[in-house]
Amino acid sequence: MLRAARLGIERGGVPLLQGLDLTLEAGAALILRGPNGIGKTSLLRVLAGLQPPMEGQLEAAPAAYAGHRDGVKPTLTVAENLFFWAETYGGSVPDALWEAFDLGRLRGRPGGALSAGQTRRLGLARLAVTGRRLLLLDEPTVSLDAASVARFADWLRAHLAGGGAAIVATHVALGLEAPELDLAPFRALAGARGGSDEAFL
Amino acid sequence: MRALVLRDLRIAMRAGGGFGLGLAFFLIVVVLVPFGVGPERTVLARIAPGILWVAALLAALLSLDRIFALDHEDGSLALLATAPLPLEAAALAKALAHWITTGLPLTLAAPALGILLDLPGPAYGPLTLSLLAGTPALSLIGTFGAAVTVGNRRGGLLLSLLVLPLYVPVLIFGADGVRRAAEGLDPATPLLLVAGLSLGCLAALPFAAAAALRVNLR
Repeated sequence: MLRAARLGIERGGVPLLQGLDLTLEAGAALILRGPNGIGKTSLLRVLAGLQPPMEGQLEAAPAAYAGHRDGVKPTLTVAENLFFWAETYGGSVPDALWEAFDLGRLRGRPGGALSAGQTRRLGLARLAVTGRRLLLLDEPTVSLDAASVARFADWLRAHLAGGGAAIVATHVALGLEAPELDLAPFRALAGARGGSDEAFL
Repeated sequence: MRALVLRDLRIAMRAGGGFGLGLAFFLIVVVLVPFGVGPERTVLARIAPGILWVAALLAALLSLDRIFALDHEDGSLALLATAPLPLEAAALAKALAHWITTGLPLTLAAPALGILLDLPGPAYGPLTLSLLAGTPALSLIGTFGAAVTVGNRRGGLLLSLLVLPLYVPVLIFGADGVRRAAEGLDPATPLLLVAGLSLGCLAALPFAAAAALRVNLR
């Protein structure tokens, strides 16, 4: 589902990670660990195809990416937000989804009137309507309460059991039986070459 | 792509969405002109084609920075970029939604404002036609400009500086078509050139906008 060899990651012309080898099969998950600024977000953005890798090879199935911001439109209702993404991905919104993310009571509420945790739940529910197997999750549990974290972990376990795969950058224990990858040993050396032309711009 | 157009239209219609803002601006600019140049009807009739076109251009400019900036701020742009919809199609959908909320109302309102400027009778048809043919180019060029400046705080002024010079050919031929009709000449050639400009923009600029978005999303 995902295979990367000797991957190098840069952000804003500064090399962050080097020599990273990753493989992920269907049904598996990988937890990314590492201190702030190590390059977890940049790595996920590269895997999602939002930025090119600095070096190395990357083969990845199309992924559903969830970043720090949820892409929730404040003037559209929860249902309108979700149906928009479902239509964009050519999928549908299964009825069980409202229950799984506890959004049923919020269907008609405008996105701008949601709390931070509710907005995040909506952002995570979007993953379910994409129909994509590979999930790239960047701090998915930020601003979720304990019950919502447990609910999301349940959904994620079901997704993995159904042949999905996930790479999760998180500081919170999700209760997943998944290997952890500490990114600290892959920190790029100070003199590593930057892969961007931004250095001289 | 249909979903994106419908979403943008829906957002534009909701509170604070900015629908009608460009139209109101167009109205006010055109109404202000007689106050500035005086009520002499011969002068007004002569400058009416140019005034109407410049005002339409500025009104279209007004809402350009919303095309991608809001989607970039709330993260939808990155999510759209990872969606199955190609970014080229997303840029085209954005331009279409901008045209429906700005260019189309301007086109429909322009004849009414022509009366305020005492535009000669034979020029009303060509005025509507030239705006109908030219405003898609304004939206497409604007979408490209918005894609180039997305993620740039205070990008609005930069966007205007970037986009206005690109509007010059559309303005020249659009206004010239109306002027010719007002003087009783055949307006067909400039109108066809405006339509050609719009079609050229339609063919090329969604790709340019998508390329600019990809760079800005890195």
